[in-house]
Amino acid sequence: MENYLLILIGTILVNNIVLTKMLGLCPFFGVSKKLEAAIGMGAATTFVLTVASGSSYLINQYLLGPDLIYLRTLSFIVVIAGIVQFTEMFIHKVSPILYQVLGIYLPLITTNCAVLGIALLNVQSNHNFIESLFFGMGGAIGFSLALVAFAAMRERLEAADVPLHFKGSAIAMVTAGLLSLGFMGFSGLVK
Amino acid sequence: MKRILHTFHGGIHPPQHKLESTQLPIALAPLPPKLVIPLIQHIGTPAQPLVEPGDLVLKGQVIGQPEGAISAAIHASSSGRVVALEPHAIPHPSGIPQLAVVIEVDGDDRWVEHSPLDYRTAERGELLSRLKAAGVVGLGGAVFPSHVKLDPQQYKLQTLILNGAECEPWISSDDMLMRERAADIVKGIDILRYLLGPQEIIVGIEDNKPEAIAALRSASQGCGIEVAAIPTIYPGGGERQLIKVLTGKEVPVGVRPFNVGVVCTNIATAYSIHRAVNLGEPVISRIVTVTGNVRQPRNFEALVGTPLHHLIALAGGVLPDTKRYLMGGPMMGVPLPSLDVPLVKASNCILALSEQLQAPPPPALPCIRCTRCADACPMDLGPFELYWFACGKNFGKAQEYDLFDCIECACCDYVCPSHIPLVHYFRFAKSEIWAREKEKEAADAARQRHEFRQLRLEREKAEKMAKHAKAAGTAPSDSDAKKAAIQAALERAKAKKAAVVPKNVENLPPQAQHEIDQIEARRAAPHNAEIPNDTDSATSN
Amino acid sequence: MLIALAVMALLAAVIGTVLGYAAIKFKVEGNPLVERIDAILPQTQCGQCGFPGCRPYAEAIAHGEAEINRCPPGGEEGIHRLADLLGVEFKPFGEDQAQPKPKSVAVIDEPLCIGCTLCIQACPVDAIVGAAKQMHVIIADQCTGCELCVPPCPVECIRMEPIALGVNNWKWDYPVAEITRIPHGKAAS
Repeated sequence: MENYLLILIGTILVNNIVLTKMLGLCPFFGVSKKLEAAIGMGAATTFVLTVASGSSYLINQYLLGPDLIYLRTLSFIVVIAGIVQFTEMFIHKVSPILYQVLGIYLPLITTNCAVLGIALLNVQSNHNFIESLFFGMGGAIGFSLALVAFAAMRERLEAADVPLHFKGSAIAMVTAGLLSLGFMGFSGLVK
Repeated sequence: MKRILHTFHGGIHPPQHKLESTQLPIALAPLPPKLVIPLIQHIGTPAQPLVEPGDLVLKGQVIGQPEGAISAAIHASSSGRVVALEPHAIPHPSGIPQLAVVIEVDGDDRWVEHSPLDYRTAERGELLSRLKAAGVVGLGGAVFPSHVKLDPQQYKLQTLILNGAECEPWISSDDMLMRERAADIVKGIDILRYLLGPQEIIVGIEDNKPEAIAALRSASQGCGIEVAAIPTIYPGGGERQLIKVLTGKEVPVGVRPFNVGVVCTNIATAYSIHRAVNLGEPVISRIVTVTGNVRQPRNFEALVGTPLHHLIALAGGVLPDTKRYLMGGPMMGVPLPSLDVPLVKASNCILALSEQLQAPPPPALPCIRCTRCADACPMDLGPFELYWFACGKNFGKAQEYDLFDCIECACCDYVCPSHIPLVHYFRFAKSEIWAREKEKEAADAARQRHEFRQLRLEREKAEKMAKHAKAAGTAPSDSDAKKAAIQAALERAKAKKAAVVPKNVENLPPQAQHEIDQIEARRAAPHNAEIPNDTDSATSN
Repeated sequence: MLIALAVMALLAAVIGTVLGYAAIKFKVEGNPLVERIDAILPQTQCGQCGFPGCRPYAEAIAHGEAEINRCPPGGEEGIHRLADLLGVEFKPFGEDQAQPKPKSVAVIDEPLCIGCTLCIQACPVDAIVGAAKQMHVIIADQCTGCELCVPPCPVECIRMEPIALGVNNWKWDYPVAEITRIPHGKAAS
């Protein structure tokens, strides 16, 4: 039990996939302009990541085995793409506005390096099935946390009196840097 | 029994400056030579003018009829001749001139016939329509028509609160009214009691007006009216704040006080209700404090429509270093563009200010989020957050943070160490949101009308098609019969054309005939006038 | 090699089945986005966007066939809100297209009106009252200022009048700090 908790805290805070491992920066900047969109993106990514890390574990363990290691990346991408497609259809049905707002970033979850990264990291660190699920979920929650926090900040930055040349992406980059610095502080959390 | 008083969040203690204008009794302002009476002196729709230039009016005669549900009548304040019906500057932050009746006073001050009403025998509806006809509005500053606010069918009333707090600095008009005319106020409260049937009546007066409290206490002896002295803190006279202090009830967001069983009315309104019902006099005068940087500050009973420079002159004129004028107090007052504007029902105070009395705020500095404004806010809002959103024009978020609960009391402005004009930002955001809502409503109405029109056109088209199909189906195949039918139709049309003559033109009086000729001539004119006009329109296009 | 092919084929078959099922289950009928876009448009039905009304324009935007900067009556504010809704960048009005104008209403110069009913047929919101050979009049409250009634009038008796600023439509301005010169010496102290 303690193990799972450690995995969760480790992936959410200490080794935050965006702010410490610097994976998945593309949606982190792309979908953080509006809080609602960021929450939707976080939820979609969480779903995709959790299911993807579980199913990639199963595929790796039972389908590929030690003989077909060279198929690993390929089959993972296929599974992820399938799940993303499913999510896309689901969101289109449930919330067309979110679908429109997420736009290109929704199918791009497929190429979100965080997703494939987590699946591969799972294999690398020899996690079992439950651990894989927790690792995937933790990573996804960490991603969502960073994304939502960043979006909230950017929404406020819109109204801030920022020097003209810093407006927009420039101040967003600076903010992301500071946020990342802040998350570095968690590195002493678990001994 | 002493009432347990409650406190509200925040509030400030600005310098009082009440003593200046309470040294002398209320003076009756003499008739000005000219009265300018705006047709909008209340919240709601402007009154419709009933007079034209040249008309003679009597004092108290209705010159503006209420239009719509939320409106109030406007009366001539003195007898004389209407010289103009034109837009005139009024005390309003926009400075946009509004339609006003200008009356040249004849000096006789002749009244229309008074028609007092015995309220004890009157129906409630009759009383309310009397209030509407007499132009009674809330004189505390909001000028909301009283007949709407006091309609007893809307709610079950527990507490009637009379607001005599007068918390804003400098103003003393309610104070002097209570000191000198407490008996009349009590008569007005009796009418309110009859109208509303509350279980208890409380008069809330701030404890910096001991004379007023004493006067009202002695006048209301044995009437079942409780006069409560409340602590002096701005804005203790705000409706919701006063209700909180006296009853402990907090009026929830987006709810009117009557929903929690409380109605709060100003003391001066009770007085004008007494005048309107017991004496039959409409609201044509009010007590106004003329104070600040004037030689002899005091209170006047002045006619509505009196130009303000007339009142300032009565107060001995202004001192030479006067920089600006406010209608109302220094916290919530409306800056006056000039002293040419008339006294209106909302004018409780005319305040002349020099830089020494109130220095203009230094330039605003950035917000440092010290939250002093949140500490001072009597509505428990976060002005620094609201400021942030209003500043960034993020109106949706501003509404989420309860922008519309802001009562614009300016406590936050007062305490802000960065001197940010916070209330100005909130007013800006509010008026933007209102404008947007109006636009949205207009767009929705237009969409509905457009869709209905589309539907109608389609239906008409379908009906036409059906008719054609039917006609084609039943038409005789014989072409001769068809030709005959066409011929017959043509003849019918010819006969009809010959028969068409203008209706109702027989036996016309010569004047009407002349008018018709003129109209015909006008109708013909544009075709003749078209040629010279053409060059103009070509250039303008 | 054969096993690898089989594995991939199996994966493809499973995922294909799931997605095929999802495609039927989550089939989207129509485009609910149109409603949301239509709600932002000002409903003048003026056709300045090049579409025969606000709804067709909303449909075109939803299908990605039209730019969001084609609606002059909505103003820049309208473009901002469309951009917000759709998650795209703000786009200013092009130089070559119609520009926003102050909001106005149509007014009929009544003595000139010949009662031809052409304007009544042109009005998209039925805001003109009248009958053949009778004087027509415009209901100012319902006029959207679309100007569609102006060209059909054979006697040019309809003109557009900007809505005057009154107490009811006056707005508080955005607070602007005045730039003032700090007196010499005061800055140093």
